[in-house]
Amino acid sequence: MDLNFTATEESFRAEARAWLEANVPHNLPSGDTREGFDLHVLWEKKLYDARWSAVSWPTEFGGRGSSLWEWLIFEEEYYRAGGPQRVTQNGIFLLAPTIFEFGTDEQKATFLPRMAAADDLWCQGWSEPDAGSDLAGIKSRATRDDAAGGWILNGQKTWTTRGAFCNWVFGLFRTDPDAARHSGMTYMMVPLDAPGVTVRGVERLDGDEGFAEVFLDDVFVSDDLVLGGVNEGWGVAMATTSSERGLTLRSPGRYCAAADRLVDLWKRQSKIGTADPSLRDAVAQSWMEAEAYRLATLADVSGLVEGKSSGARSSLTKIFWSELDVNLNETAVRLLGPAGELIEGSPDAIDDGAWMKAFEFSLSGPIYAGTNEIQRNVVAERVLGLPRK
Amino acid sequence: MRFAFTDDQLLFRDTVGELFAKECAPEAVRWSWNDVTGRNPELWAALAEMGVTGLTVPEAHGGMGMNEVDLLPILTEAGRYAFPGPIVETIAVAAPMLAESAPAAIAERWLPGIADGSVIATVALTGQPFVTDAHIADVLLAQRDDRIFAVPAENLRLTPQTSVDGARRLFVAEWDEADAELIASGDEGLRCADRAFNRGAAATAAVLIGLSEQMIATTVAYVSERKQFGVPIGSFQAVKHHLADAELKVSFSRPSVWNAAYSIAHNVPDVDRDVSMAKCFASDAAEVASRKALQCHGAIGYTTEHDLHFWLKRSWALAAAWGDAAWHRRRVAHLLLDQG
Repeated sequence: MDLNFTATEESFRAEARAWLEANVPHNLPSGDTREGFDLHVLWEKKLYDARWSAVSWPTEFGGRGSSLWEWLIFEEEYYRAGGPQRVTQNGIFLLAPTIFEFGTDEQKATFLPRMAAADDLWCQGWSEPDAGSDLAGIKSRATRDDAAGGWILNGQKTWTTRGAFCNWVFGLFRTDPDAARHSGMTYMMVPLDAPGVTVRGVERLDGDEGFAEVFLDDVFVSDDLVLGGVNEGWGVAMATTSSERGLTLRSPGRYCAAADRLVDLWKRQSKIGTADPSLRDAVAQSWMEAEAYRLATLADVSGLVEGKSSGARSSLTKIFWSELDVNLNETAVRLLGPAGELIEGSPDAIDDGAWMKAFEFSLSGPIYAGTNEIQRNVVAERVLGLPRK
Repeated sequence: MRFAFTDDQLLFRDTVGELFAKECAPEAVRWSWNDVTGRNPELWAALAEMGVTGLTVPEAHGGMGMNEVDLLPILTEAGRYAFPGPIVETIAVAAPMLAESAPAAIAERWLPGIADGSVIATVALTGQPFVTDAHIADVLLAQRDDRIFAVPAENLRLTPQTSVDGARRLFVAEWDEADAELIASGDEGLRCADRAFNRGAAATAAVLIGLSEQMIATTVAYVSERKQFGVPIGSFQAVKHHLADAELKVSFSRPSVWNAAYSIAHNVPDVDRDVSMAKCFASDAAEVASRKALQCHGAIGYTTEHDLHFWLKRSWALAAAWGDAAWHRRRVAHLLLDQG
C-alpha cells in the first residue's frame, strides 16, 4: 500500500494546477441555459487548445495519453480551481468510452477529435415517454433502407439534457421489433440537424431549459452511424451506462471540492454567528462522505490498473455519489437559514444562490443514470447474488 | 499510488482465515459464551505459531516487526468469525505501546511473550472504564492522567461486569501505582495514549468490517433459501434494498479503514481525522448491517438458538468501544471546523 503519487504524476499536477489557476473562468451562467451553454463551449475550446479537454485519450484524438491516475489528478485540480461544469461531458466521458470499445477506426477518426475540440456537442437519447427505468421497453424504431444504405428512425426521446443546444444525440433504437426485449436494439448516433428531427426544450426543476424532448419523423441515419453490431445495442449501451454510473461521469474531485466549500461556508457562517451548531455533525459527515468516495476511488483505480473490473459495483458507486451530493447540498442550504431559499440574482443571496441551485441539481442524481432503486436491485442481484425471481 | 494489499498480505489473511474457519466456527463462539474463561488457549497458541501474535512485535523482541496495514486483514478475519479474544488489545494496541514507549527492560519483559503467545496484554486508557480480557491477561497497560503504567496481573483487583455479548469479558480493574511500572509520562505519556487510542479505534473498525461482511453474507444465504409466497424472500425488492443498503455502507467504510491503518503506520499528519472517520463509518456500517440482518432473518434471528445474535451483539459492543460513531464524528468536526 502506497498512497503517494510519483514525481511524474506530481509534476503533471503542478502543470494542471498552474494552467487552471490562470485560465479557469468564474461566474459563468449555467451551461444548461442557451447563453451559458455558448460560454461553456468557448471554455471547452480553450481547454482543448491546451490539450486538457480529454487528458486520458491518446494524443492522436486530441488527448495527452495520460494514465488513469493522472486523469484523477486532473479532475481534482479542475474542481479545486473552481472549474465550470463540462458541457462536453456526455460525449467525452460517456460516448467516447463506447466508441473506443466498439467503434470502427473510421468512427474514431471522425468523431473523437471533433468531440475533444467541442466542435460536436453530444447529448444522450435513452429515455422515452414510456421507457424510463425500464429502458429495454423503448419503442423508437429504426427501419431498414437498403437502397439508401441506412435506417429510417421514428419515435421520441425525452429528458435529453442540453438536447436543445447540442448537434448530435446517441442512443438506442429498436431495429428488430420481433426480437426479445433485450435483443433487437441498435446503438446509433444521430445528427440533430437532420431533416425530420424536432427538439423541444423543457424547463427543469431548477428553472434551466436544459431538458429536451427529441421527436424523430422519418429521420435517415446512414450505416456508418451505427455503433457496434446491428441488434447488439443493449450490450453496447450497458458499457456506456456503467461509465456513467461510476468513475468517468463523477470523479471524486468535484465532491471533495464541494465538501471543502461546505467547510468554508460553515466557517463563514460561524463568524457571523448564524451557523446552527446542530449542523456541525452534518457538515463533518458530508466532508467524510466525499473523502470516503475519494478513497474508494483510489481503491477501485488500483484494481483497474491491474486489470480488475469493478463490474456491477459501479452501481454502488452511483448510489453513493448521488446521495452524498444531496446530503452535502441540503446541509449547505440549511446552514444558510432564511437566506437558503434565495436564488441567483436575489440581492442578499449568499454565494449568489449557488447552494440552492446545487441542491436542486443534486436531487436529479438519484434519478438520472438509472434510478437508485434500480441500482439497489442491481447491487442485490449482481453484487450480492440474490435471486431475480 | 497503490491502495491495495499485497499478495503476501492477502495470503497471510487467507491462512489465518482457514484457521478461524476450523477452530472458530460458530460452535466455538457458542462455547465461549458458556465457558468459565471463554477463552481457548490452544487457539491463541495456534495464532502465535502462525506469527499473528508477534506480527506487531519488533524483530529484536522476537516478533515480525510488521505494521498496521499488515495487521488489518487479519483483524477483519477475526471479525468475520467473531473470534473471542484480545486480538485488538494485545496485538494491535499493547505490543506497539510497549515497543514505542516502554523502557527497554519493560519492553523485553513482555514483548517476547506476546510474540510467542505466552503473554496476554490488555489496555485501559482514560475514558475506558471496562477492561476486556483482564481475567486471562498477564499485564494491563493503563493510563492515569499523563502517565502510562504496566501493571502485572497479580496486582489487579478485578470486578467482573456482564456484557450483552456473552463472549466478551469485561472487568473494572483497580490497582495501586506502587505495584505498577511506569512506562511513560508527561508529553510522552500523552503521545503514547493518543497513539494507543488511534490504534485501538482503527483496529476495532477493521474488526467491525469483518463482522458486517459476515452479517451480510449469512443474511444473503438465508434470504436465498427461505421461501414465502412460494419464492425465496431474497427475490422481494424490499428485502433486496435492505441488503443493498448494508452493502453500500460497508463498501464505503472499508477504504476509510484501510486509510486509517496506513495513516498510523506512516505517521500521516491527519492521522486523528483519518482514524475517527474510519471508526465513525465502521460503527455506523455495523449498526446498519446488524439491523438489516436481523430484520431480514425475521423471528428466527430474534432467538439465541440461531447464531446470528453472536454477530449482532459483538457489533453493538464494538460499535461503541474505542469511541462510538457520534464521538468520532465530533472529533472530525472539531478538526475540520475549529481551526483556520
